[in-house]
Amino acid sequence: SPEERPQFPGASAEFAERLEFIQPQVLAGIPVYRVMDRQGQVIRDSEDPQLPKERVLKLYKTMTLLNTMDRILYESQRQGRISFYMTNYGEEGTHVGSAAALDDADLVFGQYREAGVLLYRGYPLELFMAQCYGNARDPGKGRQMPVHYGCPERHFVTISSPLATQIPQAVGAAYAIKRAHASRAVVCYFGEGAASEGDAHAGFNFAATLECPIVFFCRNNGYAISTPTSEQYRGDGIAARGPGYGLLSIRVDGNDVFAVYNATREARRRAVAENQPFLIEAMTYRDFFPKIAVFSPRIGHHSTSDDSSAYRSVDEVNYWDKQDHPISRLRHYLGHRGWWDEQQERDWRKSSRKMVLEAFEQAEREPKPPPHLLFSDVYLEMPPRLRRQRQELQRHLETYGEHYPLQHFQK
Amino acid sequence: RSGSPLSPPAAVSQVTVRDALNQALDEELERDERVFLLGEEVAQYDGAYKISRGLWKKYGDKRVIDTPISEMGFAGIAVGAAMAGLRPVCEFMTFNFSMQAIDQVINSAAKTCYMSAGSIPVPIVFRGPNGASAGVAAQHSQCFAAWYGHCPGLKVVSPWSSEDAKGLLKASIRDDNPVVVLESELLYGVPFEMSEQAQSKDFVIPIGKAKIEKQGTHVTLVAHSRPVGHCLEAAAVLSKEGVECEVINLRTIRPMDIETVEASVVKTNHLVTVEGGWPQFGVGAEICARIMEGPAFNYLDAPAVRVTGADVPMPYAKILEDNSIPQVKDIVFAVKKTLNI
Repeated sequence: SPEERPQFPGASAEFAERLEFIQPQVLAGIPVYRVMDRQGQVIRDSEDPQLPKERVLKLYKTMTLLNTMDRILYESQRQGRISFYMTNYGEEGTHVGSAAALDDADLVFGQYREAGVLLYRGYPLELFMAQCYGNARDPGKGRQMPVHYGCPERHFVTISSPLATQIPQAVGAAYAIKRAHASRAVVCYFGEGAASEGDAHAGFNFAATLECPIVFFCRNNGYAISTPTSEQYRGDGIAARGPGYGLLSIRVDGNDVFAVYNATREARRRAVAENQPFLIEAMTYRDFFPKIAVFSPRIGHHSTSDDSSAYRSVDEVNYWDKQDHPISRLRHYLGHRGWWDEQQERDWRKSSRKMVLEAFEQAEREPKPPPHLLFSDVYLEMPPRLRRQRQELQRHLETYGEHYPLQHFQK
Repeated sequence: RSGSPLSPPAAVSQVTVRDALNQALDEELERDERVFLLGEEVAQYDGAYKISRGLWKKYGDKRVIDTPISEMGFAGIAVGAAMAGLRPVCEFMTFNFSMQAIDQVINSAAKTCYMSAGSIPVPIVFRGPNGASAGVAAQHSQCFAAWYGHCPGLKVVSPWSSEDAKGLLKASIRDDNPVVVLESELLYGVPFEMSEQAQSKDFVIPIGKAKIEKQGTHVTLVAHSRPVGHCLEAAAVLSKEGVECEVINLRTIRPMDIETVEASVVKTNHLVTVEGGWPQFGVGAEICARIMEGPAFNYLDAPAVRVTGADVPMPYAKILEDNSIPQVKDIVFAVKKTLNI
């Protein structure tokens, strides 16, 4: 009878008369949505997004170009040319699959391993390099450590180091976009480790209570530096948390670009149309090996500050690299369609490597930003104290400039 | 009732700091639809300290937002909204709780303009009560002026009077940089005279300018927030003994108007700083260091003296609490010590 229903304001549910705890794994875990098998064959034709050839080629070329750029910049860090780098090996599918599904004006908040999103949006190699080198061409004026890209014109918010802080910020931005009645979505990327931060909890919760047009995109690559997921959480990954916050959630095969594409496109469409948040957990693996133009195998560590041979076996790595790599799978799809062959592959490897090396050599030659940029942008307007200090530096350099390596800096 | 959000401004009248802040919020919400207020209890409850009384009723859910209990959450939301073009006013129920959001305030709000080479401004205001209250003990009584004043990229203001509160809050909301507004719970209910001009809708006080509340010739007293009132009381006591104090209300912690202090010290030759916060690395320490580094050093006839809160977490027992913050007698004592009388 109606009077017998619970009346608590905090939850709407029926009564239960048997004592029973809910298992953390309600089923055998939330299933992983995929479109292709590991050999790049579409399993159900209805799920193939039927992207035109140029689009699919763009996906493939972006992934492989990213891979090549990673290889060269990683090496340059090992050689002491740049201070730090993070590769994206193995996760290229998550970047381009999702980037291809977005509108150009959708606002992207990344964590630090989403360079492929920016590359897909046309950010030139020259500027990736400029940021890593902190040279005078860097629109960021050499302020940040490498891979902390940002591009207002391409709606990619400057990367910030502390983990997960971008999550509530993305929600706030989505709220602002909702207020402006713009048909834009916000896409917020983070790893499964960052999802443990308090900011993530608050961000998910608020996105639902504020009813924002946001897609949360979690890259679950199995590791947070050396911490495997078995030590990061005991629940069923990140997707299972979504319903707890009132978020529509899905788990996808992150190494399947079409699965990533389909899920992101639909989530984005509905987020904007219905002003509600979505959560996508893309399962992938932080791979060891770069795919292109490898002379000898290099290790895909968390970053250049990590040596992952300390915490994972070569067998594990070999499995992922050979059996389930996003680039290989898309390559097979292209092959099945007759859109790509060995000769094109060879030519592309050569030309993409050449492009990257040219940009790299150019970046090495560029001067650093001028010293007076030390003082700007602390505030929008330069305060008198900083202006005085800038003038002091200028006078000092005018008198003693010969003792400084000014030739390396732009005037 | 004069000063409440829905009645017109009068000629010189007594307005509490609470009502002055309320006026400021009301006027800025009306002036710019990008401005919005968020925090715990700010909407339906009219604010934990009633600073936002009547605003949710007037402006609705879009402009005044009650948030779940997560300082890092709603501070992060506010930062993101500011990055995307809104102008949030983010209330911390007290600044003690801002420590749970401090990464968003410092690493994000303060540093983003610089780190993004000017392409991402963060026009946000963080406001709330700061420093000592009454009988709320250690975790509710800390002063954060030195913590936030330490960081480039932030502006930090600390109003004392109703005029300060209204003018500085309005200026902060209109400023395109992140601003921390350190209010004082003990001052919320205190009435101050406000001129007709101060009650007008465009009354702003420039950030970065101190105010000389009382002129004097024998000693310079510098303070911010509630201790400004204590300094004026001490000045009245000392005046009867023939000592004329010049009392400077800093108004802004960062950027600090050291020039006003310098000019005063050049005149009086003696300096006493007064603050509610702890002594180490405090506002007074910074003032003394800057005076030493500048022209006023040569005009000091005695070392500068700092009067500060006791170097302990704030105790609960009233007698201990009273003696843990600077009282009028402490300021009088410091003045006499520095003047050697």
